Amino acid sequence: MRKNSRLPNLHNLGIHLRILLIVNVLAVLAAMLLSKQLNDILPLLAELSAVVQPIILMSMLSLYVLHPLLNKLKYWQGIFAILLLEMAISALVVSFLSNYFSFDNVSSPYRASALAGAVTAIVLYYFYLQERAYSPAIAEARLQALQARIRPHFLFNSINAVLSLIRSQPKRAESALEDMADLFRVLMAENRDLVPISQEIGLCRQYLNIESLRLENRLKITWQIDDMPPDALIPPLILQPLLENAVYHGIEPMPEGGEIVVEIMPKNKELLISISNPYAPENDHHNGNKMALKNIHERLKLHFDLEANLKTEAKNNRYKVSIRLPYETD
Amino acid sequence: MAEGLKILIADDETPARNRLRDLLSDVGNISIVAEAKNGKEALDLAAETKPDLLLLDIRMPLMDGLEAATHAQKLEPKPHIIFTTAYDTYAIKAFDLNAVDYLLKPIRLERLQAAIDKAHALKPAQILALRPLQKTRGHLSIHERGRVILVPIGDIVYLRAELKYVTVRTVEREYLLEESLTHLETEFAERFLRLHRNCLVASAFIAGYEKRADETGDSQWHALLKGVPETIAISRRQQHLVKQA
Repeated sequence: MRKNSRLPNLHNLGIHLRILLIVNVLAVLAAMLLSKQLNDILPLLAELSAVVQPIILMSMLSLYVLHPLLNKLKYWQGIFAILLLEMAISALVVSFLSNYFSFDNVSSPYRASALAGAVTAIVLYYFYLQERAYSPAIAEARLQALQARIRPHFLFNSINAVLSLIRSQPKRAESALEDMADLFRVLMAENRDLVPISQEIGLCRQYLNIESLRLENRLKITWQIDDMPPDALIPPLILQPLLENAVYHGIEPMPEGGEIVVEIMPKNKELLISISNPYAPENDHHNGNKMALKNIHERLKLHFDLEANLKTEAKNNRYKVSIRLPYETD
Repeated sequence: MAEGLKILIADDETPARNRLRDLLSDVGNISIVAEAKNGKEALDLAAETKPDLLLLDIRMPLMDGLEAATHAQKLEPKPHIIFTTAYDTYAIKAFDLNAVDYLLKPIRLERLQAAIDKAHALKPAQILALRPLQKTRGHLSIHERGRVILVPIGDIVYLRAELKYVTVRTVEREYLLEESLTHLETEFAERFLRLHRNCLVASAFIAGYEKRADETGDSQWHALLKGVPETIAISRRQQHLVKQA
């Protein structure tokens, strides 16, 4: 998916916020450079803004609309198209302003166009660097390392449980080993691309099958996923580690076990996921938990930037992790 | 002993107990006298069945294997102890350092055999070395007429130092405990207030404070307690606690 550089996701709020920030910081710098005295900065900035803000607004709007089209182009074609678009927009805005309003200071459309091209190049270069910092080799390696963090506790206990079945219930031992093989295949795969949520749920069920071998009826699970769109795309291994946490911190410390509730539903253009488990503060030792949560948080950020978030809360003797992410399909 | 070495198994997971039982059936000259699902049950059953050896899983609900091992020191005869665990880096490091016996799950027959052959009772130094691995104890173990009684920490109203013992007061009755009050104070610092030089009171059981005059006419603050009639005199040094309340 990410062999080559990609254009920034122009449907993402975070990207637009960054564009706004960069352009406005540049405008402030420009005002500081142009002003001869400290007092001149603000009036100059106001004048500049009158020109710059309409350009930004129109740009962001058209980029948002054109995003699907731009995405079909090759990376360098996309860059070229965006540069042209920006130069055209600023030339248009500037000539419109100088024709219909009496701006003294407004430069010629050609100059504005050249400046806009330069600013656009800076912004695009920023996104290029940011993407490089986040996605390829380094981040990729870090992601892999993070993902590999299945608990040794789970591995060895499960093997122990399967061993106990071999003499008495060989059939159950077989299917448990098959589930484990599937689970580890996914855990060891290169999990870079988004997967349909139904696939992740399947994996979770296999994981829970293995756990219920050990925990028997102490482990109760309720799926509230009737409204879940099965084709919604999520980063792989988002739910399974959360369930593993829920089992480790919520079920195992309780002599009678307890209930894990998984709730998934769409809301507007978003997907809401929550997982809750029983929680007793006196059993608190949340180091491993923090690790998994941090990992998931980071991966959500890599995939969705500001469009996704993760929250945790502990109340009424239950611990709940909630995730909100954009509802995307193939 | 006709039945050989008497063994008690404690693990919260049925398959883990099954596996141990299977393996032990291949080891000669032993008998399994009881199986427990947590540390507390293990101690109760151990008091009844007097096993020579406890096989304790570390991570169990209600009471973990480490705490159970500590309380088991009061059993007569003192049982040998082998811990079992799937994965616990801290505990394993401490076991290795202090020559405490343990088995890693999945357990191998040869290892089990070897561990049983060399199993021994824990020495006081080893018990001390396991302390830092434990969360604060959930119970105090009281040795009374050859039995070990577990008193949940949450049931304790106050702890009062006597000449040689500490009196443990619950709503129902009193127990005598052979531990130092200072040590108890550090271990359960968040639960108990030191209202007097010789007395720790559970803050959850304090109903209120009252000023009373004693025989000499001096007045002194007393703490009123929930569920028990007696009150605890508060030493002058600790009176700031009353003002905070």
